[in-house]
Amino acid sequence: MNRKHLISPKSQDKLFKIFAALCTGLVLLTLLVLLIDIGIKGIQRINWSFFTNLPSRHPEESGIYTALAGMVGLLFFTVIIALPIGILSGIYLQEYGKRNKLAKFIEINISNLAGVPSVIYGILGLQLFVRTAGFGNSILSGALTLALLIMPVIIVSTREAIKAVPDSLREASFGLGATKWQTVRRVVLPASFGGILTGIILSTSRAIGETAPLIVVGALAYVPFVPEGPMDQYTSLPIQIFNWTSRPQQGFVVNAAAGIIVLLLFTFILNGTAIYLRNRWYKKTAI
Amino acid sequence: MVQKDSYITEGSPYGIYKLRVEGLNLYYGTKQALKDISIKIAPNTVTAFIGPSGCGKSTFLRCFNRMNDLIENVTITGSVMVDDIDIYKNMIDVYQYRKKIGMVFQKPNPFPKSIFENVAFGLRINGESSKSVLQGIVESALRQAALWEEVKDNLNKSALTLSGGQQQRLCIARAIAVKPSVLLMDEPASSLDPISTAKIEELIYQLKDQFTIVIVTHNMQQAARVSDKTAFFYLGELIEFDKTDKIFTNPSKEATQNYITGRFG
Repeated sequence: MNRKHLISPKSQDKLFKIFAALCTGLVLLTLLVLLIDIGIKGIQRINWSFFTNLPSRHPEESGIYTALAGMVGLLFFTVIIALPIGILSGIYLQEYGKRNKLAKFIEINISNLAGVPSVIYGILGLQLFVRTAGFGNSILSGALTLALLIMPVIIVSTREAIKAVPDSLREASFGLGATKWQTVRRVVLPASFGGILTGIILSTSRAIGETAPLIVVGALAYVPFVPEGPMDQYTSLPIQIFNWTSRPQQGFVVNAAAGIIVLLLFTFILNGTAIYLRNRWYKKTAI
Repeated sequence: MVQKDSYITEGSPYGIYKLRVEGLNLYYGTKQALKDISIKIAPNTVTAFIGPSGCGKSTFLRCFNRMNDLIENVTITGSVMVDDIDIYKNMIDVYQYRKKIGMVFQKPNPFPKSIFENVAFGLRINGESSKSVLQGIVESALRQAALWEEVKDNLNKSALTLSGGQQQRLCIARAIAVKPSVLLMDEPASSLDPISTAKIEELIYQLKDQFTIVIVTHNMQQAARVSDKTAFFYLGELIEFDKTDKIFTNPSKEATQNYITGRFG
């Protein structure tokens, strides 16, 4: 009889396994219940007219056309603004920047920025873009705000992807007489492209779901038309859902559920693409 | 063989050496890694650098193509002359210069690109884009590296699908495609099996006709097999530099004797 253990190590092992499995099960169960609840409520509203109708005060005639168009426009400008700045910053910090205290300080702060609550970005965007710059409740204001929000994520993931490129490849390139820029462009970026792309897609899918900062910068408005340019007013799918859930009529709750299904599909597709690309790229470039 | 001996006769007139190092000191921060090294290497010879780990032989090898520039806090004094030009003088364009000095690393490091693009890399960064020119040079480099017959039907396949030994020969082809005059090899066979190692050694022997080769190795049989002259390094100093036969049969210094007979290191 081993007196050192109250419960034998073997039983401990088993107990831990059961405990971990229970925790995992709980998470999956919650998600499943949510999905089923949304699915049952919303699936009846999903048909072609739901995608093509404008918002209306009659729930069964109301659609997400303007919200979808707003979301696509918003994402387009967000990505255009955040991508080049984020990726170039990541490249600079990882490949060119010196490793000193200032670099460490910047690194920590960028990681912190990635964790700042999104509504704070909304307040910043409201003052900076909506008021000071005078862009008003436009897609541009929203996109600039979301771009600020996802930029730290893009910078961090770009750096991580570049860091994963082995130094032996850089040495090979310099050994052949390549300059820094040639090495970055022809060796480092191609080898880290998969990782960078994954970061971009994941940050985009984060931008899609954001509601709070958009409410602050004025996307919460009745917009019965499709925006045609960056200076137009707009609404976005999460905002539309938020709007519907605050209505008393049961029909709008159903609409909200249907909107959530569409939004979830969007996010799943984006995340799925990211995972697919990552696996494909890592297989191709594994050293 | 006869020709080789005429090159490495001691006391050759000034200018006949391909590489000449005088009073080289190298510091990592304040730690001195190389101490007052002077050496002369004749063209079209194979010189082996041997010595225990951490003795500075790889660091010294990297002085010849200024690879140490990539590490922060490295200070170098003394002179490294290639074709009688001091490569640590500021006027030199280090990127142009590195094209004249090919380097093969310890672990095969092909780019995650096709076999063709690996060999063509050095030419592409020189601005060469003519398909026919590239094809010609890629083929001749692969032939020189004794890899052509094995890969000629798969030039567009990823270089990472090759075996370790093939990858290393690909790296040699990549290095010689830009037509350097010196080839630096940092333990090129240390991660390979005996058959691949034998192929690399045979290749070194053949490449001697066109290149001045400096090879770092931990394998003393390898040094004895492939090199004309051998330099023994210990604790950052060049202890002895002489004809390979002499180093391995009748070294002048006791430390060399101890090392090659396996008493330390």
